[in-house]
Amino acid sequence: MSAPIKTPAAETLPHRAGLAGLASDWASDQRTFKNVSWGKAMMWIFLLSDTFVFGCFLLAYMAARMSTIVPWPNPSEVFALEIAGTHMPLILIAIMTFVLISSSGTMAMAVNCGYRRDRRKTAILMLVTALFGATFVGMQAFEWSKLIAEGVRPWGNPWGAAQFGSSFFMITGFHGTHVTFGVIFLLIVARKIWRGDFDTERRGFFTSRKGRYEIVEITGLYWHFVDLVWVFIFAFFYLW
Amino acid sequence: MAHAEAHAAQHVAQAEHQQHPIKLYLLVWGLLFVLSAFSYLVDYFGLQGYLRWSLILIFMMLKAGLIVAVFMHMAWERLALTYAILLPPLLVLVFVALMVSESNYILFTRLAFFGTGP
Repeated sequence: MSAPIKTPAAETLPHRAGLAGLASDWASDQRTFKNVSWGKAMMWIFLLSDTFVFGCFLLAYMAARMSTIVPWPNPSEVFALEIAGTHMPLILIAIMTFVLISSSGTMAMAVNCGYRRDRRKTAILMLVTALFGATFVGMQAFEWSKLIAEGVRPWGNPWGAAQFGSSFFMITGFHGTHVTFGVIFLLIVARKIWRGDFDTERRGFFTSRKGRYEIVEITGLYWHFVDLVWVFIFAFFYLW
Repeated sequence: MAHAEAHAAQHVAQAEHQQHPIKLYLLVWGLLFVLSAFSYLVDYFGLQGYLRWSLILIFMMLKAGLIVAVFMHMAWERLALTYAILLPPLLVLVFVALMVSESNYILFTRLAFFGTGP
């Protein structure tokens, strides 16, 4: 993105704290999100729309589960694994949760390093994040193949309500797709940072604009959102 | 005017740097681990009923809050952005209420017309 358009009249207005500041930001005849670049504001608005997408999925799952007269399969048992002869309920999902949280931690640190213009550290931390993300997708692929082998289908399963399979495949499938695209996004940005695009002000291949280190924070917003969605899926689908 | 421009420049510079100490990120990371472990333990110990649901929801909201506030820097954004992003999802709760009522009705008709109920 090019440098933000300066609107001196807007910027000279003093920022008031609290609700008065909120009202003046929205009411004034000027850009609303004053100290936020367009890249960041648009990512937030995209994430808001994505919130509704996942919100609708979880709602559909809730409605299906509440209205079925067949008992719902017990997720604790469905997702249990035998590890070294011990029966561990839900263990794979717990590990996936820890992997995704760790990826969020490394991403947050990458944002910090990016703003310090520490090229090497930022790129490495983003690659570590991508690696955690890829691990997560790999574990999800394992989970899917295990369930499919046990006979779970979108239209039925051996343990109870048929809607279990359709909810499971749709919700985790969409989330897994988001993680996969996040990994690709991370790899692209990490490569640009490693090459020093934002230090040499190299123009982007697609937009022909100069990038800024802010893209690390924007990528981070997307990545943390993927983790955020998992928090809700973990609570509502796996634990409920 | 020069003073005003300097002030504006400072404002923009401040805006572009959501920079916070790594220590804070590590603390949040640790908290998220602990909260996830707690949620897992709820299932591990097989807690049931309202205790289970309230614990799951509390841990979920705490985790979501930490991620949005610290990792996504929402705690340091202006209220204009915070409210624009955080208020609309709350309206989903209206949709939830609608679907709860709808689900109960569907369950009732299924029990009444398919007669497979208890």
